[in-house]
Amino acid sequence: MLKLVSVSTYYGAIQALKGVSIHIKKGEIVTLIGANGAGKTTTLNTISGLLHPKKGQIFFQDMEITRFSPERIVSLGISQAPEGRQIFATMSVMDNLLLGSYHRYKRKTRRQIQQDMDVIFELFPVLKERIKQKAGTLSGGEQQMLAIGRAFMSRPKILLLDEPSMGLAPLVIKEIFSKIKALRDEGATILLVEQNAKAALNIADRGYVIETGKVVFQETTEKLKENKEVQRAYLGKGYKEVWE
Amino acid sequence: MEGKNKMDIWDSKNECMPRQEIAQLQLERLQSLVNRCYKNVAFYHKKFDEIGIEPEDIQSLDDLRYLPFTTKDDLRNSYPYGMFAVPLREVVRIHSSSGTTGKATVVGYTQNDISLWSDLVARFLTSGGVTKDDVIQIAFGYGLFTGGFGLHYGAERIGASVIPASSGNTKRQIQIMVDFKTTALVCTPSYALYIAEVMEEMGVDPKPLSLKLGLFGSEPWTESMRKQIEERLFISATDNYGLSEIIGPGVSGECLNKNGLHIYEDHFIPEIIDPATGKALPMGEKGELVLTTLTKEAFPVIRYRTGDITQLFDDPCSCGRTMVRMKKVSGRTDDMLIVRGVNIFPSQIEEILMGIEGTEPHYQIIIDRKKALDELEIQVEVSENIFFDEMKKEQELIEHIKKEIFSGLGINAKIKLVEPKSIERTTGKSKRVIDKRQIYNNNDIE
Repeated sequence: MLKLVSVSTYYGAIQALKGVSIHIKKGEIVTLIGANGAGKTTTLNTISGLLHPKKGQIFFQDMEITRFSPERIVSLGISQAPEGRQIFATMSVMDNLLLGSYHRYKRKTRRQIQQDMDVIFELFPVLKERIKQKAGTLSGGEQQMLAIGRAFMSRPKILLLDEPSMGLAPLVIKEIFSKIKALRDEGATILLVEQNAKAALNIADRGYVIETGKVVFQETTEKLKENKEVQRAYLGKGYKEVWE
Repeated sequence: MEGKNKMDIWDSKNECMPRQEIAQLQLERLQSLVNRCYKNVAFYHKKFDEIGIEPEDIQSLDDLRYLPFTTKDDLRNSYPYGMFAVPLREVVRIHSSSGTTGKATVVGYTQNDISLWSDLVARFLTSGGVTKDDVIQIAFGYGLFTGGFGLHYGAERIGASVIPASSGNTKRQIQIMVDFKTTALVCTPSYALYIAEVMEEMGVDPKPLSLKLGLFGSEPWTESMRKQIEERLFISATDNYGLSEIIGPGVSGECLNKNGLHIYEDHFIPEIIDPATGKALPMGEKGELVLTTLTKEAFPVIRYRTGDITQLFDDPCSCGRTMVRMKKVSGRTDDMLIVRGVNIFPSQIEEILMGIEGTEPHYQIIIDRKKALDELEIQVEVSENIFFDEMKKEQELIEHIKKEIFSGLGINAKIKLVEPKSIERTTGKSKRVIDKRQIYNNNDIE
């Protein structure tokens, strides 16, 4: 469905991605795990068109979208819930969600938008309770639900989630992740970027481990969880001897 | 029953993957492999630097040809653990090729590698007709050799009933086959023929036996041999291919169409090269098989020169698998000999002989197949200053050489002492090996 072929992205003279190739098939949750600064967010921003790669190609449903603008990419069906949630704090929950459907907001589509909103309310009942509340007054977990809901309002074919666990308590993370899984079960395709490798590997089908702009592992999550290097570096198991 | 089996595919999601998806998967895995090797294996780091290539230069599958080859010598020079990409305590299994210290190659597996290996073996067992209902007798040696354990884990993965018979003691093998109602036999093709011979001697009729499948590998064999085995044992025989440097058995295997061995391309990239120039050859041409492991953790290899001559085919197979096929191996690029499934280089024999007092570095290796079993005979010249006045002394020397050969190569050889200067001297490359067996399918003369 989505395919990156040897993508290299730069910030000025600094190369953040060094030939990254990944793919996501319909109905999959694919996770990209790695340390701070490894290039995870850069990968998402390159897909959504916020950054343009210097080398390499991006394909969406067999169409090349490498140099497309972000708005065009959103209307094609790729939608991102950004890192740190980035909700509009002074606007109501309702308005935040409606903004997610901005690119298709017409009188004719109102019914459909209402239906989509109902789906989100079903998944995140707490958002319905707080529908009129200002988004800034929500708790961190609720804000994350809102950010995911807002991205979902664009009726994406692929949902890009950037660090949904960031700054949240373990119990809340657990809830958010079970919701992400539920979204997939409803038919969504999800690319999940995470530092919390454990949580991500528990819900994903496949994973990529990215290190300083390069993919070093491409495997099913079962294999990644068994991989000693992944355990050591990202799951907090084991240790590394100085000489290794 | 056979019709049903014919349709069985162990991992249809991967084995029948559309070609376009295979290409993307291979590219992703190749890039991560190259990144890992550059980071974790000093040998590759050095080699990449020497030829001035960086991991990120690999932008497409075609760029594979810029990567350096890995040879058997490279592996030997890294003896024992130099090529491992993970610390030893993450390795759960170690196998090794035959050979004297310093000449052997040592390979390691992580838990994930073992699991992958089991799955790949399960693929060719399934494509050869094995199901969980089968009783599978594994007559490969269990030990440093990858054959026994590789097949064992794969057969268990399928859920078949595994009899770890190991090699040798043919009469007992046959007794087990009769009593335990073995349905599938795993061994070298020549051993299968030998079993048929011994059955005849013992007066065991193979026809009423439960045996219906044979999965043979670890040495080259011909179509006429397949026919012979199938007719004499009343089974369907398929070929499988692998080498310990890559993973062991499980690189490729035949389906019941028996028209080439499907290479498991989601885990290995095959190339055919001209052994003389190292240039990659187009699909369908005959040359040396070169393999790159995509997902191995402990012992990844980039562009390993197998020394095996074969051809690749990418026309679709009616079994539904989309992976390219290789022809049965039709020769070697080097002087490696495969005797009873054991890989032997004449240089290994030479080295052993050099270490024995009273022998000259003039020898001849004669391999023949008698009653379907390979026989290795080594004729050695004795030193001129040794004069055997006693039979006993001569016998002692023969026994000594025999013992040394066995401990070095793990195989019994017939030793014959000959008079000094009796082995023909040739200018240039001496003819050290006489192979009387017909083991390759060669219609064309090379």
